[in-house]
Amino acid sequence: MLPIYLSFKEMWRNQGRFLLFSLVIALITVLVLFIAALADGLGNGNREYIEKLNADLIVYKSDVALSITASQLGREKLLGVSRVPGVTDAGQVSFSSTVVRYQGAKELNVSLIGVGPGKPGEPPVVQGRGLQDRQAKEAIIDRNVALTTGLRVGDNLTIKSIQGAKEKLYTLKVVGISDGRQFFLQPSVIVPDLTFEQIKPGAVPTGNASDLISNIIVVQLQHPSQWKQMESVLASQVSGIQAVDKVTAYENTPGYAAQQSTLGTQQFFSLLIGVLVIGGFFQIQMLQKVPQIGMLKAVGASSPVIALSALAQIVMVTVIGVAIGTAATLLMALTFPATIPIVFSPMAIVLGVVSILLIGPLGGLVSIRYALRVEPLTALGLSS
Amino acid sequence: MANSLEAKSVTKIYQTDTGVTRAVDSVSLTVQNGEFVALVGPSGSGKTSLLAMLATLLSPSEGEIIIAGQSLMEMSDRERTRFRREKIGFTFQANNLVSYLTALENVELMLRLNGKYDRAGRERARELLARLGLGDQLNNLPRQLSGGQQQGVAIARALIHDPALVLADEPTASLDTERAYQVVQTFANLIHEQNRAGIMVTHDLRMTAFADRVVQMMDGKIRRVIDDHEEITGFSRGTLSSAPPEPRAPRLVPRLAPS
Repeated sequence: MLPIYLSFKEMWRNQGRFLLFSLVIALITVLVLFIAALADGLGNGNREYIEKLNADLIVYKSDVALSITASQLGREKLLGVSRVPGVTDAGQVSFSSTVVRYQGAKELNVSLIGVGPGKPGEPPVVQGRGLQDRQAKEAIIDRNVALTTGLRVGDNLTIKSIQGAKEKLYTLKVVGISDGRQFFLQPSVIVPDLTFEQIKPGAVPTGNASDLISNIIVVQLQHPSQWKQMESVLASQVSGIQAVDKVTAYENTPGYAAQQSTLGTQQFFSLLIGVLVIGGFFQIQMLQKVPQIGMLKAVGASSPVIALSALAQIVMVTVIGVAIGTAATLLMALTFPATIPIVFSPMAIVLGVVSILLIGPLGGLVSIRYALRVEPLTALGLSS
Repeated sequence: MANSLEAKSVTKIYQTDTGVTRAVDSVSLTVQNGEFVALVGPSGSGKTSLLAMLATLLSPSEGEIIIAGQSLMEMSDRERTRFRREKIGFTFQANNLVSYLTALENVELMLRLNGKYDRAGRERARELLARLGLGDQLNNLPRQLSGGQQQGVAIARALIHDPALVLADEPTASLDTERAYQVVQTFANLIHEQNRAGIMVTHDLRMTAFADRVVQMMDGKIRRVIDDHEEITGFSRGTLSSAPPEPRAPRLVPRLAPS
């Protein structure tokens, strides 16, 4: 109790100084949590569609280094994959980038995704209905498109597509709205596969379903837990393909790994700066308290009392700072539009908060060690 | 009267780059309960090193120190810390008080350190501070107190836990004459009233007027012991002094293991 008593009294009687430092820790907390949220948000923007796929494996053309845009898979591959024992369903999925025109002249860049109606790859809707016909002029928009454009179920949306040298406009009916399904950092418009073939930029439609070429095939398994074995089975039974799980798939989307490692590095250095700032503050404070610590030791305060008092103070200052920083971050997050790529996942917040709570005592270790080395002789003006 | 302190042929030798220095050289000293001893001497005479050894902050190179019947020589560092906390009261020249504790809390700190923080202890702390004329300063922080008041709080802290030996290192160094006299007189009175053994290191020979005995050190040895009241009075007025005060300077001592 005595260490906590001493550290609390010191903080209470020097509230301004300690509050100021707690605010510094709060700022570090905000920085760390925002970088974590940005990493999640940007990562989400890249992987959301694949991560939420109602499938267990993703099939690519072999020898394309898991590049979705380079992968091209024909109908025969879909049939081959579908026939492999253990596969319950499979669907072709194609990707492109295009523009949605709304409210007159406003435009929104979107990922255009072609899927087989009712097949793996089509997201479940939270409003409206799913796709029904492979050639229907209809679309499911994800939550982000809906929020940005204000489009609702039953509205018409216009797809602007450059085909050849011409700009073509296609009108589709919004039949459903899904949750967030971003891909390539863009919100998504999901259309039937044959419609996709017609409206995608650069399209040269054949109108023949048997010629349909997609980027990937998404596969549902009878036993999802056996996905690792099924990767090999698929590759051995269907030539020219490579099957991977969803995590491997989105980690190999262009720029994803570089983006995440950049943000991870930023987060690491934020924490490192936090350690140095906290360590520096408590070390300077400790240097100022040397005569007082010497006096305390001279009158009989033991080293554990001195060390625990310093540790308790560091923990209290850090906890207050982290609490202020976390509350401020979450309050600020409420003011952000949903379209900004910042996602505060509970796991990221907990990890960030725990990291900063740990760096407090870590940064203060040097000052605690210094306090333990103060000699009680200093109280008598004697020095070594 | 029982002896509270016995120092037997205590010697402190420092190894320095230039050779061996005997900072304290075969000093023997006995202080009884209720006796207030002034330790005087010029800078480098060894009085602070002797005080540090009596306070268990330094280990003697030779000799033996017994306080309240317990020899310090057989104690571990941890036992010395505990012994210092329980049996010794301390006031210092500067940085006497914990800056973020009030006058009352500073005194109560010794009770907390010794696990004696109870209602009776708290009441005793208030009474002691009132006895020192600080009854209306209980809740003031050190920075709100004058130098004399701070020394008063330090004296109360040195006495609150019933120590066997009370040590004061230059308690009047930063005080004006009038306050210095008040502080030392109060200190001496409390030593007598509470039947403690007290040792005060001072440069100011005038402050020895309140001592029962004056021990004058020179070059690490006891040069003279004055225990006659009239002689002490003369010494304190400078008529007996053969060692005029000199400015105090920091001394080099070896590093100690953390306590």
